[in-house]
Amino acid sequence: MKHTLSVLVENKPGVLARVSGLFGRRGFNIDSLAVGPTDDERLSRMTIVIDGETHSLEQVAKQLHKLINVLKINDLDPGESIERELMLIRVNAQPAVRAEVVEIANIFRAKIVDVARSTVTIEVTGTAEKTMGLLDLLRPYGIKELVRTGKIALARGSKEEK
Amino acid sequence: MKIKGAQALVASLEKEGVEVLFGYPGGVALPIFDALYDSKQINTVLVRHEQGAAHAADGYARATGDVGVCMATSGPGAMNLITGIANAYMDSTAMVAITAQVLTAVIGTDAFQETDTFGVTLPITKHNYLIKDARDLPDVMKEAFHLARTGRPGPVLIDVPVDVSRGEITYKYPESVNLPGYRPTLKGHAKQIKQAAHMIAKAKRPILYVGGGCLKAEAWDDIAKLAELAKLPTTTTMMGKGAFPETHDLSLGMPGMHGARYTNYAMTQTDLLIGIGVRFDDRVTGKLEAFAKNAKIIHVDIDPAEIGKIINADVPIVGDAKNIVDGIIRELKKMEHKPITGEWLHKIAGWKKKYPLHYHMEGALKPEFVVEQIYGLTKDRETVICTEVGQNQMWASQYYKITKPRSWVSSGGLGTMGFGLPASVGAQFGRPKAAVFDIAGDGSIQMVSQELATAVYNNLPINVVILNNGYLGMVRQWQELFYDRRYSASDLAVGTPDFVKLAEAYGAIGMRCTTPEEVAPALAKAIASPKCCVIDCVVEREENVYPMVAPGASIDEMLGGVPGGSLDEMLEEEGWE
Repeated sequence: MKHTLSVLVENKPGVLARVSGLFGRRGFNIDSLAVGPTDDERLSRMTIVIDGETHSLEQVAKQLHKLINVLKINDLDPGESIERELMLIRVNAQPAVRAEVVEIANIFRAKIVDVARSTVTIEVTGTAEKTMGLLDLLRPYGIKELVRTGKIALARGSKEEK
Repeated sequence: MKIKGAQALVASLEKEGVEVLFGYPGGVALPIFDALYDSKQINTVLVRHEQGAAHAADGYARATGDVGVCMATSGPGAMNLITGIANAYMDSTAMVAITAQVLTAVIGTDAFQETDTFGVTLPITKHNYLIKDARDLPDVMKEAFHLARTGRPGPVLIDVPVDVSRGEITYKYPESVNLPGYRPTLKGHAKQIKQAAHMIAKAKRPILYVGGGCLKAEAWDDIAKLAELAKLPTTTTMMGKGAFPETHDLSLGMPGMHGARYTNYAMTQTDLLIGIGVRFDDRVTGKLEAFAKNAKIIHVDIDPAEIGKIINADVPIVGDAKNIVDGIIRELKKMEHKPITGEWLHKIAGWKKKYPLHYHMEGALKPEFVVEQIYGLTKDRETVICTEVGQNQMWASQYYKITKPRSWVSSGGLGTMGFGLPASVGAQFGRPKAAVFDIAGDGSIQMVSQELATAVYNNLPINVVILNNGYLGMVRQWQELFYDRRYSASDLAVGTPDFVKLAEAYGAIGMRCTTPEEVAPALAKAIASPKCCVIDCVVEREENVYPMVAPGASIDEMLGGVPGGSLDEMLEEEGWE
């Protein structure tokens, strides 16, 4: 089962190496990891998606807590959090099929952010289900290149206020 | 007033009460060594290899309870510290390691003697720093010592580029640390403590299982009080030796792979295992499914990550061992608890009588005998026993009864051959009045014999007793038992130096024993001598450490020693339930 951990860390050199190194050393697999500074520039928030049994998840959290630069760890409940990832997809779009490709993007409320003679680049934001759904539909046209941010997530405000 | 970074570093060490620093200089470390040259408080001890510096700092810390400090230059110097830092990390020793680094401007360019010491030491330190601005130095020093000695102790490394050492700063040592992500839990959960006490009061076959955490927490008196109050048979792990006197009626000695039969039978049949400052190491538990299989488990540790890591605890308590044991004692007293462990103690006493640790005296000099002789001659005086790793360590664990805290210095988690001699150097610096022994093997001692020089020029009266069997003994034992006696790369007989001559070459006293009669006089001479002594005991070549639990087997299934079956067979034979 996949878990999404939201980890608040001090924004200091080497923190990412400490966190990612710990996962590797302890044999925990990271599905995705996204990190950036928070509103307070001394702090960063990492969103880490891991594949783990409940038992090892507890170990992950405990080991993470032992890192001096880690301040707070939340195991986000998918029902009570907002999860997004951003994907950029460069897809074949010869003039004959370009309209179809654009139409598919529109259905997903994705944006065309770059156009070339034979390709378009589409930006899509949403849950993994949405971004993967778009990707599945675009695949028959030929995906030239793809990049995704990995998931970022926040607990819902209602959850925080409880 | 402005001072140099190196001077600020030394002033900070002085503020932290450092009296001894074990180190080895080199190019970019020179500003710091230059500043150390002016220190009246700090004795800078030149070891002969950086690994020796780290182990000496470790031995110093274990023998005194203070933070051990070691220092090396960049690149090779720092890399030579690695084994010692990893060793300290595995055994949770409070240590601060300082490494010099190339100029900040050339970091990352493969400069001469540059290594990514910060990156390399990430997995083997409690925390580490690379100082890039000299103004950060005072805070980093303060934090490093705080982290090293509090919570679950451990090594902290500070990498100091040479321009940081040379840079000028306005120096003021901070009074406190600001570490929002570091708040160790010290006080145990009151309800859990109460529940633990209730379970102890009701247990018919409890075992108190005491580890190194009890020494770090200085909980030895409290452990003894708890054991005596609730009449708990008490086993001390190899790391916990000294936390409960092994001569006590309630002591079961060391459990696990080379524990006595009675200890492992008791560990297997217990109905309540009270683990305090232990981490259920595989050398203790053997096959996990069979370990304490009918027992409820109370697990006390200051590190929450240890709880539930190997074994699920029925009552987990995170906190300082001393606080929690005191809490349990208070609860037991409130309950006007009367121990009900009489029958259990009686049964264990029977096993102790029937299955004592045992060896035969026939044939060549026996290593167990040598350890017993050391014990006999030193048990009534202040002594610190250090060991190397392998058979020597296990015989020392089995036959030297440790009765006081900080009297046992041995590499547990990492199992580092070559630890004992440099650790003895550190221990002797920390405990000048103690008789310090390194119980060594002929293999281990050859990894670090250069530190005899450190012992000799510092006039340290360390006694190195080599149990010389001409083999890498523990490797040979495993090869005998599990690899059809194919002694691949474990025979040391050819090429090993004459240890008496080696000692003399360093200016130490060398002696040799080949018969039992020679041992006590040689030891007595060594103890009386103000000089470093090396006693080469030529022992039975193929003596094994027994009993032994084969790797992966249940700990009640032991090879060797006084013959006995598994616990189930034993109970049937004795007519127990």
